[in-house]
Parts: sequence; C-alpha cells; structure tokens
Amino acid sequence: MSNNKIINWFKYASPQSFYPVAGRMIPWFWGLAAIFFVVGLYISFFVAPTDFQQGEGYRIIFIHVPAAWMSMFIYLVMAFWAGLGLALNTRLSSMMAQALAPTGAIMAFLSLWTGAWWGKPMWGAWWVWDARLTSALILFFLYIGFIALQAAIDDARRADKAGAILALVGVVNVPIIYFSVKWWNTLHQGASVSLTKAPSMATTMLWGMLIMALAFWMYSIAVALTRVRAIILEREAHTEWVKELPEVKQ
Amino acid sequence: MNWESPAAFFAMGGYGFYVWGSFGVCALLMIVEPIMANRRRKDILRSLRRERLAETLDTQ
Repeated sequence: MSNNKIINWFKYASPQSFYPVAGRMIPWFWGLAAIFFVVGLYISFFVAPTDFQQGEGYRIIFIHVPAAWMSMFIYLVMAFWAGLGLALNTRLSSMMAQALAPTGAIMAFLSLWTGAWWGKPMWGAWWVWDARLTSALILFFLYIGFIALQAAIDDARRADKAGAILALVGVVNVPIIYFSVKWWNTLHQGASVSLTKAPSMATTMLWGMLIMALAFWMYSIAVALTRVRAIILEREAHTEWVKELPEVKQ
Repeated sequence: MNWESPAAFFAMGGYGFYVWGSFGVCALLMIVEPIMANRRRKDILRSLRRERLAETLDTQ
C-alpha cells in the first residue's frame, strides 16, 4: 500500500507527467488568487481603519509584508528544489527552481520598492543602509545572480548544478533577513506577526495582511507553474512526448 | 467605510503619491509577469510546431 503511494508520487516527478497536471492546476490557482486579491484589497482600503500614527500611509503594509514574505519563502522553496535536483539528479526539480527564480526576484524587488515608498514619508529616506534593508537587497541580488548564472551556462544540466550551489549558499541570508530586526539596531520595525506573542496590530489590519499574503501565494504558484510548463517544453523539445502533444500537433 | 469621496480615496490622507506609487508598480509587475510567462510558452510552442512541420515536409 505505502509502496504504491511512493511510486505514484514519483510518477509526477517526470516532466512528461507533470506538464499536463500543472496545466490543469493553473486555472484553480488563478481563481484563488483573484478571490483573495478582491477580498484582501477590499479589507486593505475599505475595512482596515486609519492608523493613529501613520494615517493612510501605512496601507502600503498590505503589499509590502506579503511581498517580503514571499521573497524569502520562494527563495527557500527554490533552494530546496535546486538542492534536490543536485542531489538526486531529477530534471523536474531543477526546472522548478528555474521557474521560481524570476517570481522570487519580482517579490524581492517589490519588497524593496514598496519599502522605499513607505520609508520616504515615514522615515524621511527612500533608503538607509541598515541590516534589514541591506540583507533584503542581497536577497534580490541572489535571485539576479541565480538567473544570470543559469543563463550564462549553455549546458542545462551544468547550469542547474552551478545554480543549485549558488542557491544553497545563499540560503544563509534568509534567517539573516528574518532576524535582522532583532540582532541589530535598525530603523525597520520589528516583526508584525510572530508565533510567540500576540500580533502588534489591529485585527482587521492583520486579516487584510494575511489574506493579501494568501493572494500573493496563489499568484506565485500560478505564475511559476505557467513558467515551468514553458521550461519543460524548452528543455524536452527533442523528446517524442513533446512532439506528440496535441498543442504541438495541431 | 473610510472615505467620504472618491477624491479622498485617491488622496489617501496626503499619502496618495506613496500609496499609489507602491500599489501601482506592484499591480503593473503582477500583470506583466504572467503575460511574459504565457508568451514564453507560446513562443516555444510556435517553434515546436514549425519544427514538426519542417520534419513532415522533409519526409514527404
């Protein structure tokens, strides 16, 4: 019984069987993303009250925090897939890592961008070289480095290996970002949500942020699955199963 | 409801420039990225179809 389950899981580990499965999953994730975005944005602008300190300017939090969370989380998932590809030589996991990198880079960029546009009115500066901001900038550069390194190596399997090593070394930066506000004296405020203590914000604000985070999550899955399907076709272009696909034969 | 008028909504209590500057760029990237990802798949499908056509013409 348990053996059968293991075999079934491995079945989806081949690009050939994952390609149609991903295709069927994408519309569901777009649907969920749309629902969470509508609800999340409604709460962000119409339900969450004005902040007593920051007025309406604080509403940037509803995209800043989800983007920052996703930038870190996607990095961990990307490094996990890249590492798995390196260890087990599974093609699909390396393709997943490659598909996640641009989305992670965009999330990292958005966390920096929205942070700057929040920092300017509240701190008086677009940018300061403090621990949180600097380590977040390094995360963005790690994504760019991963993408550039893979693009620079012609042989796809060698590119996977080089990228995996870069991704794995870079993992050390994620806890540095997360704990930077505790370890160093920084301008950036502490964690808004933590497992150990009650959240330091109004309940509707917290809900808005969590639902927006779910929206970002669904968006990231949908777009990464779309991209991994393109990567599968690019890399498996010379296989029989790709040539036999209905969308190729038409 | 937080807003007395649409103008008040867009003004964001004086923070409009920063709030919309953040949400605007976020929306733009999240519209462009899926389009690019879809286009990447369309492009490879087009070249695969062309290749297939070339092969069938060769065998004829």
